Amino acid sequence: MENLRYEYPATRPVPQRAHVGVVGSGDLEILLSPSESQHAEVVIRTSVDGYEHVWKSVLDRFFSRYDGAARLELNDFGATPGVVMLRLAEAVEASEGDAP
Amino acid sequence: MSAHDTFIAQHSFIELTARERARALLDAGTFRELIGPFDRLESPWLAMQNVVCQADDGVVIARGKFGGEAAVIAAIEPAFQGGSIGEVSGAKIAAALELAVREFEAGRKIRPVILFETGGVRLQEANLGLAVIAEIQAAIVALRRYVPVVGVIGGMVGCFGGMSLAAALCSRLVMTRQARLGMNGPEVIEQEAGVEELDSRDRRLIWSMIGGEQRTAVGLADTLVEDDTNQVRDAVLSAFERGVPASHRTEQVDAQLERLARVDPSAIDPAVLRTLWQGDV
Repeated sequence: MENLRYEYPATRPVPQRAHVGVVGSGDLEILLSPSESQHAEVVIRTSVDGYEHVWKSVLDRFFSRYDGAARLELNDFGATPGVVMLRLAEAVEASEGDAP
Repeated sequence: MSAHDTFIAQHSFIELTARERARALLDAGTFRELIGPFDRLESPWLAMQNVVCQADDGVVIARGKFGGEAAVIAAIEPAFQGGSIGEVSGAKIAAALELAVREFEAGRKIRPVILFETGGVRLQEANLGLAVIAEIQAAIVALRRYVPVVGVIGGMVGCFGGMSLAAALCSRLVMTRQARLGMNGPEVIEQEAGVEELDSRDRRLIWSMIGGEQRTAVGLADTLVEDDTNQVRDAVLSAFERGVPASHRTEQVDAQLERLARVDPSAIDPAVLRTLWQGDV
């Protein structure tokens, strides 16, 4: 298991918290909460060691379009970059609109 | 309807997560989660063993209405650690059932449902998991005097180990065709007794022994349903409407011993067991 942490700039507050996904094979869970600070924080626990550079690439791309001041907690059980991107998009959608 | 139309009209229960299952069963708009993921009550033991935690420890406790009456659902998440019961996830189920007992003691009613999907105790938490499974079992027995405790085994994990005993203690048990119920899982039996004893890859054989259809036919489960959320909900509703059984399966000790006495271990297979046990419960 590996613990990773990243920070990205943010320009606006996030309306509400959101929870998506499960810590199951090839999937991950994301807890997205509004943050008081002026940046976004990503905290990752992943079952697969040695992929820090891939996480960095995925998050760099995600935060090139996302500017919410959120704290994102990712509990990962071997999700591929594509699945991570989909879950991030799902979490953002749930935190922006009305709760499902 | 053609087989194709029937299939398309079904809303799979198995494919839902624990949270979606609880939400789908409760009356629309009444789902309210207790100790949800943002309470971050996760296992204190998994991270020490380099295993990634889930924020709800794999169990969803939901309050709401079911068939218009107050209800509590404990739903186990199949995808997280095989639905295994750890100290925290088990305590959530036990506490939900114990709170339901207190509702009745205070003169109120509540309908308890357990959505099983578990390999049993979580091996990384060993005795703490076993101890809490005993608490779950004690709570089911305390609660079923007041109200039917209804269990659902959805599949595809099934229900094994100490939690299979918890399922057996339920007043009524609903199973899908895909669900399995047994003490030891087929892989464990093969590992311990050899492939000559049981080939765990022989799916037809495994399901013919411990699958939902067989378990219902021999009276160890009550209702067989298709993998359809509406059918599951209807079966659970009907289980409540029939009220508390005059005597629970696990109270019928003499009758169960008599059933066992009819079995010749040297000449038994699933079909023979059906003819021996069918229709006597």
